[in-house]
Amino acid sequence: MSETAAPPVPAKASGLGGGLLGRLDGVLLTLLAGAAVLWFLPVGMGRYGTYVLTLWLVTAIAVMGLNLTLGIAGLKSLAQGAFMGIGAYITAILGTKLGIDWYTCFALSGLACFALGLLLGFPALRVKAHYLAFVTLAFSTLVWLVLRNEQWLTGGTFGISNIARPTLFGLRTDGALAFHRFVVVVTLILALALWWLVRSPWGRAFLALRENPIRAASLGIDIRAYTLLAFAIGSAYGGFAGALYAPLVEFIDPTPFALSASFMLLLMVVAGGSGYQLGPFLGALLAVALPEWLRFTGGLYLIVFGIVVLLLLIVCPTGILGLLDRGWASLKARFVTADGSRP
Amino acid sequence: MAELVAYIVAGLATGAIYALAAIGFTLVWQTSQTINFAQGEYVMLPAILILAGVAFLGLPIWAAAVLGAALFVVVFGLGFKLAVVDPMIRHGVLPLAIATMALAIIMKESAKDFFSSEAQTFPSPFPAGAVDVLGVSLSLQHIAIIAVAFVAIGALQWFVTATRTGRQMQATAQNPGVALILGIPVARMVMLTFAINAGLAVLASVLISPIYLAKFSNGDVIGLFAFIAAIVGGFNQVRGALAGGLIVGVVDSLAAAYISSSYRLAVPLVLLVVIILVKPEGLFGRREERRV
Repeated sequence: MSETAAPPVPAKASGLGGGLLGRLDGVLLTLLAGAAVLWFLPVGMGRYGTYVLTLWLVTAIAVMGLNLTLGIAGLKSLAQGAFMGIGAYITAILGTKLGIDWYTCFALSGLACFALGLLLGFPALRVKAHYLAFVTLAFSTLVWLVLRNEQWLTGGTFGISNIARPTLFGLRTDGALAFHRFVVVVTLILALALWWLVRSPWGRAFLALRENPIRAASLGIDIRAYTLLAFAIGSAYGGFAGALYAPLVEFIDPTPFALSASFMLLLMVVAGGSGYQLGPFLGALLAVALPEWLRFTGGLYLIVFGIVVLLLLIVCPTGILGLLDRGWASLKARFVTADGSRP
Repeated sequence: MAELVAYIVAGLATGAIYALAAIGFTLVWQTSQTINFAQGEYVMLPAILILAGVAFLGLPIWAAAVLGAALFVVVFGLGFKLAVVDPMIRHGVLPLAIATMALAIIMKESAKDFFSSEAQTFPSPFPAGAVDVLGVSLSLQHIAIIAVAFVAIGALQWFVTATRTGRQMQATAQNPGVALILGIPVARMVMLTFAINAGLAVLASVLISPIYLAKFSNGDVIGLFAFIAAIVGGFNQVRGALAGGLIVGVVDSLAAAYISSSYRLAVPLVLLVVIILVKPEGLFGRREERRV
């Protein structure tokens, strides 16, 4: 895994937050404060602004999963968009055709993607690490073909409409603001679960794998089992994101889950800062908000987006958070030596 | 029977074009460990550039072709190496692979926004019509494509194995460190590889665009098939990429004709997964040493 640019290890607290806040965990504080801000942020933003904010969070969940797969376990997956599609379609089909409640659909979406992740990863990891990229690439295209061609099940290019939004303790979340707050809560829970996972013994095993797989193996870590587990959990997050995406847009067709979606999600992981726990939020913000900000360029926003990502990668291959982290470290070094309080 | 032969010949023609893209892909992979996810766009863009030369500069088609090809080799062969690969390669393969994905988006969207989102006809350099071979009617265009691609690949193979520069290139591909010690100008050899990749892409573009029409989205399928061809044949040699391209072309052609046109894309993908599981080094590949 030495070929991936190694992001910093979140030992006590990762990078920026750890430096700024000392012993308190910066990631945890940022997540909690961010959720509080996001709870109130859409007030006065209107339906569309609220929709974009919610879309950002839903995308961030998928990117979080891929960040675990890629940034923590060092696996290149080109199927996260497909897992999102599987989650969205499971939720949409079970919800509209069988009337199953959203929470069950959500759980089943995650579970199905977890199982598929195991099925895909097992043979791909048996051979060589970069083959996972190609197996997942093939898988993405196959999923897209099935979504488009199996009209009896997925509606084909006509898609599925009238996807209901969930209810919470008898309260409906049909309104844009109510659904946004619902997504804020779900995102927070999923982000905290990952935060806990990375700090748990499992997370330390993932990190050991990324840093030095051979030493990890000599320490008794079962490389294949942990790599597979990271990939499957990451895939499940794709399914969770899809289960939220379907009721958010209320209509789905195969287009947003094509192979290019998986490429975009991978771009978001790296642009935000692969391996950083807050990276997915920045990466997803870049991809979801940039089109809105670049509206004045007309249809050119994808070109501008590509150029921004390319320049960002050339200037700083560790992503936005990596850049901030580096800047903070050099600033701190200068400050500390000028102060003379530390050698 | 005649029908089957015609399908196979058509498959060999598109397969030979996939092989050109796959060979460039493996050359770049060998010399710099770069997975170029923009390889499909590399085949899509030259035809668009040539048509743009005709439409915007009013050039005759042959002049546009020469200018477009030269511009493409300089910008996307040498420029790609200098501006993208060089500054990023020391950070590992992953950021570079992602950068080529961003490059693919830029190339594709630029073709769409600055030229046209419609499929454009592209003049064929070969005569239309068919010849009758033992009762089977074969398209002249397909035969010409196969011939041109084979001549190009043969010339490349000759260059790599028989000339001094070619052998230096091969040494660089096998082990850049040792090549450097032996006094081979490694940096120049790597540049040459990128230029050859762009050149093969131009040739593939000119050959395939009369059949597929020149369209901004062509890169998706061509890129996918070039990857599959490279893996099926084996990453580490020209022969493997050639065989992989032909196999994928024929399999695709037969799948479209006899299985299902909506799932034709699935058949080469299944082939890919089977190869990865059964013979991961590819049909003609050498097993690489496991490096620690």
